[in-house]
Amino acid sequence: MRPGWTEVAYRYDGSFAGFLSCVFDSYRYREAPAAFSCPEEDRVSLYPERPVETDAGHARRVFRSLKEKISPEAQRLASHAFLTCLPERECAIWRFIEMGYDIGPGVTYWLTDQRVAPLMEAVRHLYSEAHLLKGFARFSDTRGVLAGEIAPKNRVLPLLRRHFCDRFHGETFLLYDRTHREVLLHHRGQWAIRPLAELDLPPESEREAGWRQLWQRFYHTVAIEDRYNPRLRMSNVPKRYWKHMTELRGELEDGGAPSPRQPAEGVLPRRGG
Amino acid sequence: MELLDKLEILTDAAKYDAACTSSGLDRKGRRGGRIGSTMAPGCCHTFSADGRCVTLLKVLLGNACAYDCQYCVNRRSHDTRRAVFTPRELAELTIQFYRRNYIEGLFLSSAVLKNPDYTTELMIRALRLLREEYGFAGYIHAKAIPGADPALTWQLGLLADRLSVNIELPSAASLRLLAPEKKKESILAPMAQIRDGSAESRRSLRTLPARRALRFAPAGQSTQMIIGATPEDDRHILTLTQGLYRKYHLKRVFYSAYLPVSDSNLLPAPATFRPPLLREHRLYQADWLLRFCHFRAEELLDEQNPNFDPRLDPKCCWALRHPEFFPVEVNRADYECLLRVPGIGVKSARHILTARRTGALDEQGLKKLGVVLKRARYFITCSGRMTEGLRMRPEGVLHQLLALERPRLPGGGLDQLSLFDAQEGLS
Repeated sequence: MRPGWTEVAYRYDGSFAGFLSCVFDSYRYREAPAAFSCPEEDRVSLYPERPVETDAGHARRVFRSLKEKISPEAQRLASHAFLTCLPERECAIWRFIEMGYDIGPGVTYWLTDQRVAPLMEAVRHLYSEAHLLKGFARFSDTRGVLAGEIAPKNRVLPLLRRHFCDRFHGETFLLYDRTHREVLLHHRGQWAIRPLAELDLPPESEREAGWRQLWQRFYHTVAIEDRYNPRLRMSNVPKRYWKHMTELRGELEDGGAPSPRQPAEGVLPRRGG
Repeated sequence: MELLDKLEILTDAAKYDAACTSSGLDRKGRRGGRIGSTMAPGCCHTFSADGRCVTLLKVLLGNACAYDCQYCVNRRSHDTRRAVFTPRELAELTIQFYRRNYIEGLFLSSAVLKNPDYTTELMIRALRLLREEYGFAGYIHAKAIPGADPALTWQLGLLADRLSVNIELPSAASLRLLAPEKKKESILAPMAQIRDGSAESRRSLRTLPARRALRFAPAGQSTQMIIGATPEDDRHILTLTQGLYRKYHLKRVFYSAYLPVSDSNLLPAPATFRPPLLREHRLYQADWLLRFCHFRAEELLDEQNPNFDPRLDPKCCWALRHPEFFPVEVNRADYECLLRVPGIGVKSARHILTARRTGALDEQGLKKLGVVLKRARYFITCSGRMTEGLRMRPEGVLHQLLALERPRLPGGGLDQLSLFDAQEGLS
């Protein structure tokens, strides 16, 4: 705590620009935020609560200062940390920014400092989840539109956006994040990330079912029975991703063992004896 | 024959090839074609029930082989179902799987259909359709067929991102015995061709605009060999690997534990044989040390120790044989020295270098960096201090490390080794 600064609880709209406006206000009014809350969550705070209006101009100034007064790396760390599922991430980021303004570009070397280490770890988790989902996300073709659904712990859509928009630049697609109720939309080089409460897709067509069947057959055939190793698979694809993966959804009910619903030639037939 | 059956047959025939990586090349989608991009670190799309990564649609173009290599499921004399994809079927499968984000690209290999030239021509036709008509810019790994005309291999490389030629077995003698139609020379010749072409391609990608640059296997080449079918020791295999990395600039060498797919009397009998999976694992660990941790093959194995100790990873074994190198002081040691500490890898070493710019590191600090101290604590000091209560006695350390490794090992077999053997092997 800085001497002479009052402790407050900020109430803001939950956006990144809103958060940066809080940072702006905290320096303008010499307030040290002890808690942040958004309209969705009803939390009672012991500290005097102050609503903060999102101000695009203030947000831009703070965002630029992160790069100029601290470093481009610190700017990236702070913005990406906002996408993570770190508990009380706003307070953590605020403390990091405060430290950054104090000591300058060297702040990102302080890997063992308690204001830097948790952010680094949270961002590592975010990056690794985003990387996994670049591979694990699955799309279905519904009347020419590719639709996919994920349920990540962190808000990975902004990190997946560039990858999928570039890879499928000729396709129309949507990727729905069920955890954070957001959707990434893409059509002919135009994209957007929008809040979306619910996504209902029409049932799969016959053609789509055909491609899924081909994929599942490939998946089950490519495994080598003499090397059967479900534990290794589980550590490589944690189970929370299975629900949204075409080839693994069927195996969810029975703890990763070969599914009885698979046809006889399906999962890793055991050799006689 | 239905596409579903063909896919099953030709996947089943291709699955024993260990390579399934999509790494080594960044290519933006918009530049490359109508659909697809590649990313340098690679991307796993799923993992099969054996725990191996699935990143590419790994299939053979056809499995009706003219050769009779004893260790191979597709050998001429083996009674099995045979199929061949048409180029159109293969392109459709690739594109439709790719659109749904099932795969990162295609890994196309083939049995020798009639002869190497004919096979390569078929592969070129399939890849050309995919690249040119479908505008596919995703990853393609193609297998070069030993003995094919270099001009055809060249064309294949212009369509693929990575090429590979399998060295198959770790010595020329074993190759003569088990794969009489393949010659060491016919394997090494395309390897040299790919090395030179790929280097030229990478040079031109750096200096010329992407449009005009030569694209010959820009993601380099890899190879694979079968472990445990023939009598070569680990030292022989690792030295061979090191030579391949140095002379042929390979991106990866893959090891494939021999699975009893044949009852030829030249090979271990299927009834009693168990695939040497742990040995394969140790070779991969050692391979990693060669590629990223600045170790040389001669340091890891020598005439007295021609094989890896199954109970401990190669870096721990090396560390126990070299007590004079330890303890390493984390606050002063350079990057190469840090990499020699068991438990400290590339990431941990980099974090240590960064963090110690701001002040001396202690054990708590290391933990905050994410360094796992389970093994490392026996080999390091922090500002001159070891972990409290620990003293570096080689036998004690050996016991501790063995205890750490034991739960990760498959049961049986190993437990029968007595500690007496362990001491002999390591001291």
